[in-house]
Amino acid sequence: MAGSAFKDGIAPGRLEPTQYAANFADLHPPLARHEALVEADRCYFCYDAPCMNACPTSIDIPMFIRQIATDNPMGAAETIFSQNILGGMCARVCPTETLCEEACVREEAEGKPVKIGQLQRYATDIAMEAGRQFFTRAEPTGKRIAVVGAGPAGLACAHRLAVKGHEVVVYDARPKAGGLNEYGIASYKTVDGFARAEVDYVTAIGGIAIELGQRLGESFSLDDLRARYDAVFLGIGLGGVNALKAEGEDAEGVRDAVDFIAELRQADDLSDVAVGRRVVVIGGGMTAIDAAVQAKLLGAEDLTICYRRGKQEMNASQFEQDLAASKGVTIRHWLSPRRVLTQGGKVVGLELEYMQLVDGRLTGLGHTMTIPCDQVFKAIGQTFEPRSAEGLALVGGRIETDGQGRTSREGIWAGGDCIVGGDDLTVTAVAQGRDAAESIHRFLAAAS
Amino acid sequence: MADLTTHFVGIKSPNPFWLASAPPTDKAYNVERAFKAGWGGVVWKTLGEEGPPVVNVNGPRYGAIWGADRRLLGLNNIELITDRALQQNLREIKEVKMKWPDRALVVSIMVPCEEESWKAILPLVEETGADGIELNFGCPHGMSERGMGSAVGQVPEYVEMVVRWCKQYTRMPVITKLTPNITDIRKPARAAKAGGTDAVSLINTINSITAVNLDTFAPEPSIDGKGTHGGYCGPAVKPIALSMVSEIARDPETFGLPISGIGGITTWRDAAEFMALGSGTVQVCTAAMTYGFKIVEEMATGLSNWMDEKGYAGVDDFVGRAVRNVTDWQYLNLNYVTKARIDQDLCIKCGRCHIACEDTSHQAIRKEKDGKRFFEVMDDECVGCNLCVNVCPVDDCITMVPVAPGLVDERTGRVVSADYANWTTHPNNPMAKAAEPAE
Ligand SMILES: Cc1cc2nc3c(=O)[nH]c(=O)nc-3n(C[C@H](O)[C@H](O)[C@H](O)COP(=O)(O)OP(=O)(O)OC[C@H]3O[C@@H](n4cnc5c(N)ncnc54)[C@H](O)[C@@H]3O)c2cc1C
Ligand SMILES: Cc1cc2nc3c(=O)[nH]c(=O)nc-3n(C[C@H](O)[C@H](O)[C@H](O)COP(=O)(O)O)c2cc1C
Ligand code: SF4
Repeated sequence: MAGSAFKDGIAPGRLEPTQYAANFADLHPPLARHEALVEADRCYFCYDAPCMNACPTSIDIPMFIRQIATDNPMGAAETIFSQNILGGMCARVCPTETLCEEACVREEAEGKPVKIGQLQRYATDIAMEAGRQFFTRAEPTGKRIAVVGAGPAGLACAHRLAVKGHEVVVYDARPKAGGLNEYGIASYKTVDGFARAEVDYVTAIGGIAIELGQRLGESFSLDDLRARYDAVFLGIGLGGVNALKAEGEDAEGVRDAVDFIAELRQADDLSDVAVGRRVVVIGGGMTAIDAAVQAKLLGAEDLTICYRRGKQEMNASQFEQDLAASKGVTIRHWLSPRRVLTQGGKVVGLELEYMQLVDGRLTGLGHTMTIPCDQVFKAIGQTFEPRSAEGLALVGGRIETDGQGRTSREGIWAGGDCIVGGDDLTVTAVAQGRDAAESIHRFLAAAS
Repeated sequence: MADLTTHFVGIKSPNPFWLASAPPTDKAYNVERAFKAGWGGVVWKTLGEEGPPVVNVNGPRYGAIWGADRRLLGLNNIELITDRALQQNLREIKEVKMKWPDRALVVSIMVPCEEESWKAILPLVEETGADGIELNFGCPHGMSERGMGSAVGQVPEYVEMVVRWCKQYTRMPVITKLTPNITDIRKPARAAKAGGTDAVSLINTINSITAVNLDTFAPEPSIDGKGTHGGYCGPAVKPIALSMVSEIARDPETFGLPISGIGGITTWRDAAEFMALGSGTVQVCTAAMTYGFKIVEEMATGLSNWMDEKGYAGVDDFVGRAVRNVTDWQYLNLNYVTKARIDQDLCIKCGRCHIACEDTSHQAIRKEKDGKRFFEVMDDECVGCNLCVNVCPVDDCITMVPVAPGLVDERTGRVVSADYANWTTHPNNPMAKAAEPAE
């Protein structure tokens, strides 16, 4: 055991140096050619395929699988990328068990859907590794569009605009492009710098300039952009986090889960990332699971996810829950945080109240329990920071758009997590970015 | 326990499963392994005449096509007859027959189409104590260029002539192995019978090119950039072989002529089907070459269990039982009406039946009900063609249900008749005759 395995508090280097690579290896290793052919052969090539309808980007799944089956992975990649230019990332991070694979008729037939995500990865990997570009730009239109946010929504929008012949400048506040692909997605879902490689692949089409370290609301305003560009797209995601509303929330050792994941994703050496010996994660979604699993993989001894409602209400899919359980994470339900216990300003425990549904309303039972811990992660949802969307109509704290992604201001579109109806999925952000680009293109064509 | 013993043209074997003349039977080593594994008999790899043996190519001799998971569906080869010395083969045949007296050992022969050549080799084979001979009139590559194999099998007069010589110069039973590379298989079968053959065996391999290499633009298998057609065999050829067997079995001129069925036999069920169409024994090559000799265990136990279930004590109880049900199209009952039925509990809603019917057939399967994905047959459009049954990925999900006589066929609006009526008497047939029964 490494030196700090049993060290109380929050410490780096809890594992043997060699163990990090094994712990953070690819969750689903890629399919080899024969595996892909065998799996592709399981597809029934359904009529009006349910999987395709379940995909937010409507990839022609039976077609790309048939192309794989006939040993034409390049054709398959083209089919995928023509609907979803981030098909490579989506193949890795989509909760397929609640999307295409849930709809697969094989799921109904035998409980074993075709491994659509894995097949998508097979084809897109081949094309991307070969550096094969499938799209060429239309004649230059002379139009310039500003895209704010280099996450999935912004990148998908920029790519489609570039295809149409427009010039795109993408601004992002962070030092790296990719959005949550780069900073948020669990590291075992996107290994070997894939997020970075994908940004390069997407921008290789040309006509897309990325300006990093440029924050809307600081470096420039919406009005500036509107004045300098023919159109603006906002794909700025969710910048804020919900508050715990528990006493002692500011203690040392209470941390935003998304922050922790970002640190981990950006670490050059995982043994530098500090983690508690006993950790509690608050929340019931994908972020809670990702934070818990990665903290466990970093060597935390005890990991408990506490969710204030029941198993059925958890946003994390069954697959994600099972993954957490398989890594030794305990998931507890009907517990809501009340008080962070500290000693010398440091976390030593978390007091939680038992909850119940009373007449359909979540109600505290008045009884509490305490979990000793040295670190608490908050994964109770992110919020939109409205500062950057000055002057745009919001609903429920997110930007309001119509079906094409148009905001309340002419010439400004938005998509992804920052809009109403963004459902916190990479693939949905891609679909919205792409569709907004089409709308922008129609708008610019009509204007000229 | 059913008795699998067969008596075929006077040759007894403990079961009907013989290995066809091919690499698995090219030498004592293989044949003994086969007998140990339980094969009832073998047809020794084809012998040629005395003298320097033929030579094979030194590059790839097989090509193939595959199904899912690289399951071998069809194999083709450009191998010739045995490339070992005649005397060595004869010596081994004799030894093996002595060691395994209860197994059938038939020797395949191919020599030039001259009386002297046949007259010379027959006593040599007879001397080994082999149970019979098989005349290889089927090999479609290489040997046929030299006037042997299928070059003989394609000319009924030659077939008859050679069979006659053989019957004249040996007391051994003669099995004539036919080539499928011919338009009407009945012609060479009739010729063989006319020449006095004791049995026919079929099929030998079918002319084939399995693939073209799209980098070198050479057929597969290619030898130094060139290829030639090979002989096709394996599961893919079974339907062709079954049809040819049935044609001979029901031809009035060859009716009752013993048949050894060959072509794509891979499981006990395949074997039973060949036997039901009149094969007294069956021969296997590709299946053994794909999986090894052990498959005979599955074949023997499978056949035996099925016979027990059906109450057949011996193979004669069912050999040929399907022959009388093979008829000409013109005698099929046109008053028999079926409709497809989809079992909604089994349906997984893939929609393949719908799109197959909609795009390519009769527009008889709807895809929606109450705004939901739902597949249902419309009886007023369904012609009962069976395409949906064949494309449905779920066993027994779609079945063909006969419409009982007396009910109305919603498609035609006519009451279904209980009477048999075929094309020969149909009003639309300009050649219609007065009603006559099926053959
Ligand atoms: C921890 C975690 C795990 C997740 N795991 C999955 C998963 O496995 N599968 C899945 O489908 N989804 C997952 N998601 C959700 C998914 O990451 C998001 O839905 C998706 O990234 C949304 O894309 P986006 O482009 O709208 O926003 P983001 O990816 O958030 O990108 C927004 C970009 O805008 C930039 N930005 C923000 N404000 C400004 C500003 N004012 N000026 C300039 N730039 C700005 C940000 O720096 C960022 O680069 C996860 C989310 C989290 C937090
Ligand atoms: C490699 C190979 C060599 C063969 N050689 C002979 C042969 O020498 N003589 C012969 O009569 N048939 C020969 N055959 C044909 C087989 O005996 C058999 O008729 C044919 O393969 C069909 O049976 P199957 O589908 O079980 O393989 C050969 C087949 C193969 C695959
Ligand atoms: S082909 Fe079979 S499983 Fe598919 S929709 Fe039709 S009946 Fe249902």
